[in-house]
Amino acid sequence: MSYHFNFGWLLVYYPELLKGTWVTIQLILIGAVFGVSLGVFCAWVRALGPAWLKPIVSVYVELIRNTPFLIQLFFIFFGLPSLGLQMGETSAANLAMIINLGAYSCEIIRAGIEATPRGQFEAGASLAMTRFETFRYVVLLPALKRIWPALSSQIVIVMLGSSVVSQIAVEDLTFAANFIQSRSFRAFEAYFVSTFIYLTLAILLRLLLKFIGGRLFQRKAAR
Amino acid sequence: MNRKTFCAGLVATLLMAVPVMSSSQALADTLGDIAARGTLRVAVPQDFPPFGSVGTDMAPQGYDIDMAKLIAGKLGVKAELVPVTSANRIPYLQTNKVDLVISSLGKSAEREAAIDFSTAYAPFFSGVFAPPGITASKATDLTGKTIGVTRGAIEDLQLTKIAPSSTVIKRFEDNNGTISAFLSGQVEIIATGNVVAAAILAKNPPKRPELKFLIQNSPCYVGFNKNEAALKAKIDGIIAEAKKDGSLNAISQKWLHADLPADL
Repeated sequence: MSYHFNFGWLLVYYPELLKGTWVTIQLILIGAVFGVSLGVFCAWVRALGPAWLKPIVSVYVELIRNTPFLIQLFFIFFGLPSLGLQMGETSAANLAMIINLGAYSCEIIRAGIEATPRGQFEAGASLAMTRFETFRYVVLLPALKRIWPALSSQIVIVMLGSSVVSQIAVEDLTFAANFIQSRSFRAFEAYFVSTFIYLTLAILLRLLLKFIGGRLFQRKAAR
Repeated sequence: MNRKTFCAGLVATLLMAVPVMSSSQALADTLGDIAARGTLRVAVPQDFPPFGSVGTDMAPQGYDIDMAKLIAGKLGVKAELVPVTSANRIPYLQTNKVDLVISSLGKSAEREAAIDFSTAYAPFFSGVFAPPGITASKATDLTGKTIGVTRGAIEDLQLTKIAPSSTVIKRFEDNNGTISAFLSGQVEIIATGNVVAAAILAKNPPKRPELKFLIQNSPCYVGFNKNEAALKAKIDGIIAEAKKDGSLNAISQKWLHADLPADL
């Protein structure tokens, strides 16, 4: 049995694919920037923060890390409107990705912070740095450097996980693939092309993160 | 093969063909058979709510079941419900396992070549639904509006063709997504089937979806075998009477939560 690939539909539907790819890129850029920022804050709370804030962050992290992303997404999009909090599908997808990555990156970054030797905190203090300055310059950057590969992987995982946002009618890359296959009935080709685009996006994202990591940590080391 | 076995084979083949020919050529009297038997055998759906499904008491229930009981009652016989699937409902009729098919059956040229239909007894259509406050009587009224639809469904394909380019079409993965989006207020207008709209109405939402305009109409008919003039006249008479005395509207209200369309 042989399958005849037919990519003729690409000529008609490539704008959908480009649009979907662009939406996926926007989702991961927003999700990564705000998600990692949230993760850094939560990691600081869990490792060094005030005692009263720790249980709140712990509950948030455990709640998000132990429930499926799709359910979190449905909760925000279909559930919150009943509580009077209505948001569009793109905002819901962005929010879901931020809180999801926030929780996962919190645990990764916390591991990096807790691996910081005690002496470095004392070194910061002896240089008359405030607690914030110590955290900012002495603790966080080396911590991020330690866990950068793990964090990069988590960002790529969230990017790939963003494919489920098509369930709430966000017109991302997966939505484009589903749309094309329900119109052209070329399911294999549509998913073949979208798989290839996801793979390319993931590789580019890893390269970008590697580049950012290199800039971020090298410059500090040279100072 | 020698000549003797050939002849025997030929005779046997002809003999087998005889009952088939006689049943299709002679004017069958199903109406008489039903009266003699005392039961009306009806093919009903079992997996297509609200037309036919199995209730918590394991008994079949739905629009089609109530319709079958109504017709049996008017004929003065007992209804014998035969659960069928959408693929085998017409074969059940053709092989005389049932007298009538009341199984959300729509008309098509292919089906009309095989069996006969009564007048329509149930509405089945897809259209654009929205709460009373929204006015949209035709596709061009959707300009600039956001409308939810199930991706790949007939409504999606039609709407994509007829809606103005400024209409935002939100495509959900399945009917449940479309229903949830409407119920949670994420979309105010949906294009879907009257059955899905009935499922929303059954939940008594604060915003009730009502039909704004039709996209495609294919009402349901009672199906029976060809050459059954007496049966057809009788069934059509019962349907017309049920429409007039409101008993059909009551069934529609019960299962579809909406009045029968005036043109049915």
